[in-house]
Amino acid sequence: MKKTISFSKIAIHGLIIVYIIFLLFPLLWVVASSFKPTQEIYSGSPTIFPQQISFDHYLSVINGQQIFRSMWNSFVVGVVSTLIVVLIAVPSAYAMVRYQSKVNNAILGWILVSQIFPVILVMIPLYVLLRYIGLTDSLTGLTLIYVVWSLPFVLWIMHGYVKSIPMELEEAAVLDGATRTQVIFKVLMPLLLPAIGASALFAFISAWNEFFFALVLMKSPALATLQVELARYTGMEGQARTGPLAAASVIATLPSIVLFIFMRKWLTKGLVSGALKG
Amino acid sequence: MLYSKKEFGQLQLLLPVILLVTVFSLVPLLRGIYLGFTDYRLGDPITFNGIENYIQLFKDEYFWSSFKIGMVWTFIVTALQVSLGLGLALLLNTKVRFVSFYTILILIPWATPPIIRGILWRQMYEPNTGAVNILLSNAGLISASINWLSSFEYVIPAVIVAGVWGEISKAAIFLLAGLQTISNDLYEASKIDGAGIWDQFWHITLPVLKPVLAAIISLTFMWNFNTFGIIWVLTQGGPGGMTRLPMLAAYEEGFKYGYIGYAAAIGNVMVIILSLMLFMYIRVQLRERNES
Repeated sequence: MKKTISFSKIAIHGLIIVYIIFLLFPLLWVVASSFKPTQEIYSGSPTIFPQQISFDHYLSVINGQQIFRSMWNSFVVGVVSTLIVVLIAVPSAYAMVRYQSKVNNAILGWILVSQIFPVILVMIPLYVLLRYIGLTDSLTGLTLIYVVWSLPFVLWIMHGYVKSIPMELEEAAVLDGATRTQVIFKVLMPLLLPAIGASALFAFISAWNEFFFALVLMKSPALATLQVELARYTGMEGQARTGPLAAASVIATLPSIVLFIFMRKWLTKGLVSGALKG
Repeated sequence: MLYSKKEFGQLQLLLPVILLVTVFSLVPLLRGIYLGFTDYRLGDPITFNGIENYIQLFKDEYFWSSFKIGMVWTFIVTALQVSLGLGLALLLNTKVRFVSFYTILILIPWATPPIIRGILWRQMYEPNTGAVNILLSNAGLISASINWLSSFEYVIPAVIVAGVWGEISKAAIFLLAGLQTISNDLYEASKIDGAGIWDQFWHITLPVLKPVLAAIISLTFMWNFNTFGIIWVLTQGGPGGMTRLPMLAAYEEGFKYGYIGYAAAIGNVMVIILSLMLFMYIRVQLRERNES
């Protein structure tokens, strides 16, 4: 009996590893390419692991101003839109949970319904509107769009978290003589921190990864976001571009992967504490 | 007084949300739906033209082929993502050693931005330097290198593999969270009754997982139907429009050729298709709830 158990365990590990090979191979291949000297990439029969390590492609990305600048644009738009989203969503979620009213159902209902509509339907009139107020081809306009775009989901998460905080906590603080502001900053904020962290990461990654809005709105090369710049770079793919493109892809993916691993920690922490309270 | 003091306080806090959502989401969306019934071109005056766009769409060969490939793509990619994701979630749920380490590795494709997913697979499929041809020819499966992304024969399976790749992780992580809510006692009890693994899967796992599974299937379906970025990078809709998904078609009509009204009409048709799917899903859910 014992033998079959250990056999099935090995089979499980084996199957998981097959999945992991499929899921990681494309990334590994590109990471390897990013370190291969150009002549090795085009040698006709390149090996999986580089035979010779070269940092040329990374240097050319860092020295080539375009990609670096687009990365900076993406970073700024991501950080600013995240800050605004969190600043708007936290008090709103609080208001929705603590004062029940019809407005809540309207907002929550809209969050769900708006998911069915393809972005093209929103994008067309938004483009016209932004053009009218002079915010196409502007990082401000793009930031604004990203705020509106990630707001529903962030509001949804925050709403769920605020709901899980018992009202009694606040009431006790008020009885102890705490003011409204003190209740919010001393009682609620510390409890909401994991949720705020998770939704901030979500908002940042959505902005960092977004492509469609940026493609439509940003026309001047100097204002391109990272995703738009990389897509443009792929389009012009001539011979010697594989290496630098691989290096740029690796640099562009790293922040997202790091944040995801953090976010997972935060999300599970939030989920576990929520489950314990419930 | 129209509002009580309490409601007024709430409205004050909600004002930014209401304002932003109304100005940048609700109004544009309603306007977008309306533009689908006009002949609007950028810069021209807007004229209502009823269902003319839809009559034209009905006769438009490009539109039909785009929707056909859109449906093929959506159904196949969704089916593969969810079933492979479920398989992975079941494996991870066996709680063998290293599961948390495996999970971190598995997150990586999901964390990869859609554009980069496209770039990764473009480099994989690259005829002369890409891994796919090298591996296949080393294994003796092909003798000449295949140009995956510009061949009529292979482009669809090629983009499907790339599309499935990125979202297996997402499905797996969500389904794993669902699986973890199933109490171990259920399995223990059924084991005493002599149930095998297969029985347990059909009679315990699937029924309990059904709501999560249904949610994942409908969400994945919507996401896949709206795919844009990865295909944009892989093929730009080519060769010969073979991978021109509905979103690419709408983008081209609207922002490349400037037929804004026509593009909005494509968007409207997409909404109708998605709503129909969602409606069928809700009906199935309700019927089951009534039965149980």
